[in-house]
Amino acid sequence: MATVEKDSVSGQNTTGHEWDGIKELNTPLPKWWVYVFWATVVWAIGYWFMYPAWPLLNGYTQGSLGYSSRGELAMELDAQKKARSTWLSKIEASDTGAIEKDKDLLRYAMAGGKIAFNENCAPCHGAGGVGVAGAYPTLADDEWLWGGTLADIEQTIKYGVRNANKDTRVSEMPKFGVDGVLKADQIAAVADYVVSMANKAPAKGSAGETVFAENCAVCHGEDGSGQAALGAPALNNQIWLFVKGNKESVAAQVNNPKHGSMPAWAERLDASTIKMLAVYVHNLGGGK
Amino acid sequence: MFKHHAKLETNIFFLAVGILLTIVVGGLVEVIPLFSIESTIEKVDGVRPYTPLELAGRNIYIREGCYNCHSQMIRPFKDEVERYGHYSLAAESKYDHPFQWGSKRTGPDLARVGGKYTDDWQVRHLINPRDVVPGSIMPGYKHLVRKLDYADIGSHLKVNRLVGVPYTDAQIASAKKDLEEQVFADPAAKPAVAASYPKANIGKASISLTNADPKAVTEMDALVAYLQVLGTMVDFKTVDEKAIRR
Ligand code: HEC
Ligand code: HEC
Ligand code: HEC
Repeated sequence: MATVEKDSVSGQNTTGHEWDGIKELNTPLPKWWVYVFWATVVWAIGYWFMYPAWPLLNGYTQGSLGYSSRGELAMELDAQKKARSTWLSKIEASDTGAIEKDKDLLRYAMAGGKIAFNENCAPCHGAGGVGVAGAYPTLADDEWLWGGTLADIEQTIKYGVRNANKDTRVSEMPKFGVDGVLKADQIAAVADYVVSMANKAPAKGSAGETVFAENCAVCHGEDGSGQAALGAPALNNQIWLFVKGNKESVAAQVNNPKHGSMPAWAERLDASTIKMLAVYVHNLGGGK
Repeated sequence: MFKHHAKLETNIFFLAVGILLTIVVGGLVEVIPLFSIESTIEKVDGVRPYTPLELAGRNIYIREGCYNCHSQMIRPFKDEVERYGHYSLAAESKYDHPFQWGSKRTGPDLARVGGKYTDDWQVRHLINPRDVVPGSIMPGYKHLVRKLDYADIGSHLKVNRLVGVPYTDAQIASAKKDLEEQVFADPAAKPAVAASYPKANIGKASISLTNADPKAVTEMDALVAYLQVLGTMVDFKTVDEKAIRR
């Protein structure tokens, strides 16, 4: 039977439990600790009523404050939009041309464009638009596939190139060799001609010149200066994307052309971000 | 206060009842919320089971341990939403067994990487990340250009169905065909796999960049098909933001 008694050595009460002659001391928790404990219990009950707490059969108790972490995010995003609206509303209201003319707006767009570029575009086009040889075009030079005006650049960014978007840029170079449009000797001749063109000394009167005029000039232009509307690059300079400027690689491109493709960014980014990106790319060095 | 304590501690029957009650209460607290788990999954359109090819890619993602460096969970925080896009919904991983939310971000979150890059970029990047992102510390995975072993892909669908993924009998029966079709069909020809699994990324990913056999399905094809569908199934323009508040 449990009887509470005083322990003679420590002078403290025992719990009255005894096992094989050993008695358990009763050391109560400090008062302050007990009060804090009860305070947290009361706090928790308050919390249950004010915040989401208990699961129910089809949902959960919402709490009187109507808090939700996703709702809080919506509020934060709204507040951020307001804080940025001084500049963003101007970007929204202006076209890219007007943005470039306004010095302060341009500075804002360049900063915003740079952030968006580093996150979304640099993995392909490289930091600062330096490009990746054989894969992704340089955006910092004045050689353009699809045109280097602000409007061209904005359109390319919005709808991308050769993707599933219905407004994407689509034009493709025919597979002259694989589809049997040109014979091997014609391909060799035209490749020679393109190389001579790139070296600024087009081989006038050669067989290649005829093949070029009949098959390539529609897209790449009589003098090989390219045509932005068709995404056909200039061939009369040494700036290349897929080919290496020698006969073999040009012939390979004519035989079975490589084509680049780029996602349509209007599907991921909002209109203002795209405007800032267009302005940023236009100012990387080669804008027209 | 200690009047009945001794009885409880010394009587085997009371002790057993006490233990039982403790376990029952603890168990109920853990189990009862699961009865209403359905209500935590937002009702949004578009989430579908993975195509056989995507599922194979997902298995490779897990096998290669991509989750050790990449999360797939955009939390409802301002900075994350600004960088990665709409925060992740529970509904978006309802067919993931196990889910790949992760907790380690050595690399960026991948929950919405689908469609951000082209297949061509994904392949280049996986073969050697430094070819496209100078200074990247992600390892290269060029061994993934080997052939994919998919003889048992139908069973993978079946097992997923056992744990609740609504694959139909027809989808299980045509798993192998669907897998091959997703790689080799012409997207313009509206192949059956695209009708069965909307938004599937049709086409061979590792086509010109590797010297893998162009007629074989590679592990790379599967992994890229999986990456390209991540976060693309729900069209957030059609989602009522108020209805998914939690
Ligand atoms: C997945 C890789 C990839 C990403 C990411 C990417 N691009 Fe591109 N981009 C390309 C390719 C490939 C081309 C060339 C298309 C072609 O060959 O016609 C291109 C072309 C362009 C062009 C046209 C260049 C010209 O010479 O006319 C612009 C401008 C451009 N990209 C801007 C951007 C911007 C801005 C972003 C970020 C929002 C971006 N790109 C992201 C791959 C990409
Ligand atoms: C229907 C239009 C079209 C025709 C016709 C055409 N091309 Fe092209 N060509 C293109 C396009 C578009 C590209 C760019 C591909 C890309 O960057 O994605 C291109 C790219 C090239 C390139 C690669 C340039 C580089 O920077 O790597 C070469 C070389 C080339 N063409 C040569 C030719 C020759 C030679 C012919 C005639 C036999 C020809 N093309 C006919 C549209 C055409
Ligand atoms: C050691 C850590 C590590 C591992 C393991 C790893 N990654 Fe990465 N990953 C990174 C880092 C760091 C980056 C950012 C730099 C870059 O783009 O390469 C990245 C970037 C990426 C990106 C581009 C994301 C974006 O939005 O730009 C993709 C896609 C990706 N990884 C896929 C994978 C896949 C698939 C695997 C498994 C086969 C994998 N990663 C394994 C570290 C890792």
